[in-house]
Amino acid sequence: MAKVLLEMRSITKTFPGVKALDNVNLKVEEGEIHALVGENGAGKSTLMNVLSGIYPIGTYEGDIIYNGEVCRFHNIKDSEKKGIVIIHQELALIPYMTIGENMFLGNEQGKKYNIDWNKTYAQADMYLEMVGLSDSSKTLIKDIGTGKQQLVEIAKALAKHAKLLILDEPTSSLNETDSRALLDLMKRLKKEGMTMIIISHKLNEVSYVADKITVIRDGSTIETLDAKTDDISESRIIKGMVGREITDRFPKRHDVPIGDVMMEVDNWTVFHPEFAERKVCDDVSINVRAGEVVGIYGLMGAGRTELAMSIFGRSYGIGISGDLKLRGKSVVLKSPKQAIEAGLAYVTEDRKGNGLVLSNSILRNTTLANLSGVSNGIFIDQDKEIEVAQEYVDKLKTKTPSVDQLVGNLSGGNQQKVLLAKWMFANPDVLILDEPTRGIDVGAKYEIYCIINDLAKAGKSVVMISSELPEVIGMSDRIYIMNQAKIVGEMKASEATQENIMEVIVKQGSETDAALVEDVEIKTDYKADAEAGEEVSAAEEGGEAAENTEEGSEV
Amino acid sequence: MDGSNKALNFLRKYMMLIVTVLVVIAFYFITGGKTLNPDNIDALISQNAYVFILGTGMLLCILTGGNIDLSVGSVICLAGGVGAIILSALSKTFPMLQWWPVTVLAMLIMGLIVGIWHGFWIAYVKVPPFIATLVGMLAFRGLANIIMQGKDVMVEDQTYLDLFGGGDSCYVPDLFEKVGPEMVINGNSLNKTCVFFVLLFTVVYVLYTFINRIRLIRQGYKVDNLAVVIIKTVLIAAVVLWFGYKLSCYRGIPTALIWIGLILGLFAYITTKTTLGRNLYAIGGNEKATRLSGIDTRKVMFSAYALMGILSGFAAIMVIARGKKAGPTIGDGYEMDAIAACFIGGASAYGGTGSIGGVIIGAALMGIINQGMSIANTPVNYQKVVKGIVLIIAVLFDVIMQMRRKGGKKKKAAQVAAVQEGGAKA
Repeated sequence: MAKVLLEMRSITKTFPGVKALDNVNLKVEEGEIHALVGENGAGKSTLMNVLSGIYPIGTYEGDIIYNGEVCRFHNIKDSEKKGIVIIHQELALIPYMTIGENMFLGNEQGKKYNIDWNKTYAQADMYLEMVGLSDSSKTLIKDIGTGKQQLVEIAKALAKHAKLLILDEPTSSLNETDSRALLDLMKRLKKEGMTMIIISHKLNEVSYVADKITVIRDGSTIETLDAKTDDISESRIIKGMVGREITDRFPKRHDVPIGDVMMEVDNWTVFHPEFAERKVCDDVSINVRAGEVVGIYGLMGAGRTELAMSIFGRSYGIGISGDLKLRGKSVVLKSPKQAIEAGLAYVTEDRKGNGLVLSNSILRNTTLANLSGVSNGIFIDQDKEIEVAQEYVDKLKTKTPSVDQLVGNLSGGNQQKVLLAKWMFANPDVLILDEPTRGIDVGAKYEIYCIINDLAKAGKSVVMISSELPEVIGMSDRIYIMNQAKIVGEMKASEATQENIMEVIVKQGSETDAALVEDVEIKTDYKADAEAGEEVSAAEEGGEAAENTEEGSEV
Repeated sequence: MDGSNKALNFLRKYMMLIVTVLVVIAFYFITGGKTLNPDNIDALISQNAYVFILGTGMLLCILTGGNIDLSVGSVICLAGGVGAIILSALSKTFPMLQWWPVTVLAMLIMGLIVGIWHGFWIAYVKVPPFIATLVGMLAFRGLANIIMQGKDVMVEDQTYLDLFGGGDSCYVPDLFEKVGPEMVINGNSLNKTCVFFVLLFTVVYVLYTFINRIRLIRQGYKVDNLAVVIIKTVLIAAVVLWFGYKLSCYRGIPTALIWIGLILGLFAYITTKTTLGRNLYAIGGNEKATRLSGIDTRKVMFSAYALMGILSGFAAIMVIARGKKAGPTIGDGYEMDAIAACFIGGASAYGGTGSIGGVIIGAALMGIINQGMSIANTPVNYQKVVKGIVLIIAVLFDVIMQMRRKGGKKKKAAQVAAVQEGGAKA
């Protein structure tokens, strides 16, 4: 047995009202790659934030034992001194600085008042060589691709004399080749004695690279799998990830007739606005009918928001191609304004950033997308405006003393209701709801679901984007599954289970990463496994899952 | 928590008003009551007319996100120069005709052209407003000097001066002088027209307040507490009456006050009751959300700067009337007065909040401080220091409020992160 480098013992972390981590245990041996997997919101990042001192000692319960001693980290600097370095999903590099400057930012070489640039760049080049990057350390960050930037992040960590490296979704923004290179680098570093923790949604990568896998679900550790002794196929991991009961969390929709196709999107392709060679939506085709709720499920970064925003008047992305039909007629929508006029509404996932004017009142936010509804184009009828705002406050049961309340002072759930009110008042035929229940409490979620049902009853078409599987299964009539910019599956909600949706994603992932699969024996094993697993889950767990979905989306 | 919030909101809303009252009282005692003499009240309006006008335009720009227009001083110089040259040239060539309407129109158009120029660069080419208007500040000053050949141009048209607040007779004539007996209070013979209009204004204001309130109650809307409304109305009416009394003791209503009233009233309406006004606030509050709500944010930005241009032109009309001349250094530093008036009046340096009422208070406070210190014989350089300190105090309040809000947000964000750790990252 190798020496245990890190042990986290019964870590419990509570935020006001939420237990984010509940008695979590994690044991990492020296010189291994340890993977943390779990659904969005399971608590992986919180755990790593505890470890790296972002949540300082005292804000959580439990012990961190590192290298045989109990550690008390007050901030990131403390943990870095011990050699624990975290690389976040969002790269923290400054585009207009050189690689060398970035690597030693906050860790400058030479004296405090006299930076030794020669030493800086010499050192930087040395670490770059270690990670297999041949670029000069005097290159500007903006001139190298994201794949190389990720390597620079690792080199930066090495320069801090890291002994334990934590990588949070390191491949989420990389293409297959770059991801592969990164994973191989991790294996090489392991041989040189580095210990690593990787958080990833891409389970094929996890099985490729990890020695041990710890599954976290709802803030608790479920199990730790050992690559040497246990079955670490994806279907096995998934079982641990989603083995959750769906309770009756979704209101039922009764006898809502589903009408004609309201919106149809064909061969929709969108490119990233900054990395013009990257496709964020690749040949996507979807449709939605009147009175229907269509779910789009996908993990973070699958391209769901990008799809929605590019449809909504090209408010995201470049080089958009494809066909958009509303009520059977092809339309070209070049701005959000045209999209709204054509009967579309996009309810953003980022209600504070893209949705609401926090410094304005409920009243003003409610009418913002449809000022012509309360004015003659120039002059606003303020009496009518108050009436409208009050009507929606009553209808959606928004909790507020008055419609003059600033939206910034409302709770998340009530803000979400104001956002929905704004778009309902714009009177669209098709509503695209992007993560409509993100960050709001269970009670408010139920109310939002009721609103969605009312919209469907009123004959509207609803596209609901979500990364919560139970929600997608419980609320939708039909589900599209999106992964890595593509629609990889479509199924009726009545046939969907958490397992078979995840299987679709995994299957597609392993197909696109074919190169990866060939190299690893486990992978080829897995392929058969996955297919078998699909059948098994359909048959064995079918009973339980079907029961659940019936409860959720009985029509 | 709620109570302290209420107190803070009250302070945020009325702090500068309270400060203004305190400053007025302070100067009253420092100068032995001189600051509240009728002639000084009158001068306060005439001297600061341009601050009210420019502050109004500047507010529109600031609302869109703390953007400012540095060029207004130079634009006044340019538009004023063009106007003065046209007026004097035409009057000399064709003395039998009235040329001031043409001049006024020319100056407004000049302002509009400048506004369109700025609006184009800022809204459509996305040049940062600071830079675009800095260019204007340099270029238009130079252009004005080229046109005027570096010399003053006199403005001698008496009608023009009377109408726009220049010279000794720029007051509304006393139409009712011969009506009824002479009114004398404390040895001052009152201007009856002024008395009449002030009384009329007060009565209309009070009636409107209560009729509107009754209408709202009938339609079932929530209204403010009656006691609060009465106190507010009585206070405002008292101030207006007192103000009118002071003016009628002197020469009556200055024409400048009428223009200020018209402009402020018009823009108070635009900012509160029109879609354009609504869009200005929305952009400053959250530009992205506004764009995604189907509003053409470029058009709104463009409108803000175009209106600023027209108002600069209008300010030029009043500035050259007041000085009876246009000249190379006219308008120097006026942009700073306008910007300061907005910020002192509670406009947020981040955009999205601010009001015409605030501009009135900001401009008045600055004027009162200027005048009070002049009467108290404070050296000019000290006056500038004091004005600077007032500005930092006003803005500090806004910044602290912002920090409180952000602090709250951080806590919330942490909660959200807990529930949706994956989500928060994306």
